[in-house]
Amino acid sequence: MSIGKFEHFKPRTLGDAVELLNKYGPGARVIAGGTDLMVKMRLRAVSPEVLVSLKNIPDLDTITVDPKQGLTIGATALLADVAAHPGIRKYFPAVAAAANDTANIQVRNMGTVVGNLCNASPSADNAPTLLVMGATVHIIGAKGKRELPLADFFKGPGLTALAPGEIVTAVSVPPPPPNTGVVYLSFSGRGKLDCSTVGVGALITLDAGTCKTVRVAIGACAPTPMRAPGAEKLLTGNAVDETLLRSASRKAAEETKPIDDLRASAAYRLKVVEVITYRVLTEACGIARQ
Amino acid sequence: MKHTIHVTVNGTDYSVSVDPGRTLNELIREDLNLTGTKLGCGTGDCGACTVMVDGRTVSSCLTLAVDVDGKQITTIEGLAVSGEELHPIQEAFIDKGAIQCGFCTPGMEMSALHLLSHNPNPTDSEIRNALSGNLCRCTGYTKIVDAVHCAAEKMASGKTEGGL
Repeated sequence: MSIGKFEHFKPRTLGDAVELLNKYGPGARVIAGGTDLMVKMRLRAVSPEVLVSLKNIPDLDTITVDPKQGLTIGATALLADVAAHPGIRKYFPAVAAAANDTANIQVRNMGTVVGNLCNASPSADNAPTLLVMGATVHIIGAKGKRELPLADFFKGPGLTALAPGEIVTAVSVPPPPPNTGVVYLSFSGRGKLDCSTVGVGALITLDAGTCKTVRVAIGACAPTPMRAPGAEKLLTGNAVDETLLRSASRKAAEETKPIDDLRASAAYRLKVVEVITYRVLTEACGIARQ
Repeated sequence: MKHTIHVTVNGTDYSVSVDPGRTLNELIREDLNLTGTKLGCGTGDCGACTVMVDGRTVSSCLTLAVDVDGKQITTIEGLAVSGEELHPIQEAFIDKGAIQCGFCTPGMEMSALHLLSHNPNPTDSEIRNALSGNLCRCTGYTKIVDAVHCAAEKMASGKTEGGL
């Protein structure tokens, strides 16, 4: 089946892209890698009249890594390039790992980290890690630029806080504090390749064996990627041991609101999220101790 | 509105007028009559449509033709440089019996090419990982993995001068 009829624009500047989006209104969609949008178009879930491609805008794929300033990933930076970037692998390894856990090689060669966020799937593999690291979304629109915490970006399945005509230009994360471990693990029916059944990201900062800062984010278990504040509270200020990590993992599972769908039943997800959270927390503590 | 695009496919330059909704898969198969590249799921899950764009494997079913303007494309027809002698990957797939119905084979071989161009001596798990975006519904994965090992050896020994 064809993907439908539409006009396609390849603006050379962000200003032109914003102008095109505002000119054509609700019938216009932004496209970067297209690996989600093209599928939705083929299935007729969306039928845009106009596509505004970001791929010909110079430098929008820029990745900047600085252990002191943090990491910025441009809107058209490919999942494959984020996964393989030596600086990201060195200073933000969980970000690279989550990019590498997204879909298959072909899709990673086309799709983008920012696109994965903008598609706003509850199972977006790049969301949990960026959420726990306190990521900021950089946005441009007709009224100028603005920044938004990623925590405020997801509004529901496929829904974001973007206003009509706005474009995400980049996502950035601050450097993690010392003695911090950040880990993302996902689980899906076809290895790590199809949409995740469950994905969990955690950030733990230890101070002499005690949890100073804890953030846990879970994918595919609620209408948006979600934090698990109850589990975070159980851990914060307490000395890490296996019993505590197991209780926190159970608490995290209790906080989710999974549904039955083609990838797993809600009951199964509840079991798996507890197991994966325990693994993620254990691994993050191990890294934080190093 | 139609767009005129310029592409190099397997070393040959083409100028083609395409609708914005034309996919790279349709361009290759229907406009250029290069039907070695298959169309499977159409949603980026099966890998049967895998081709190289500027040295990277992509799903041609999810790539718009207008987005490959100015790019270098290699399809399964371009794997063997001379067009007469087979590429070591093709030889290896035949030698190891890694083909049943053959529908997944062009995509498998493009993914194998992508792997071997980055990692000339992969392990079993590296091969399985590299081919994980390609489904074989005849369930012939073991022989396909054997074939990629065999191709790696053939390419290392330079038995046949390879394509890329």
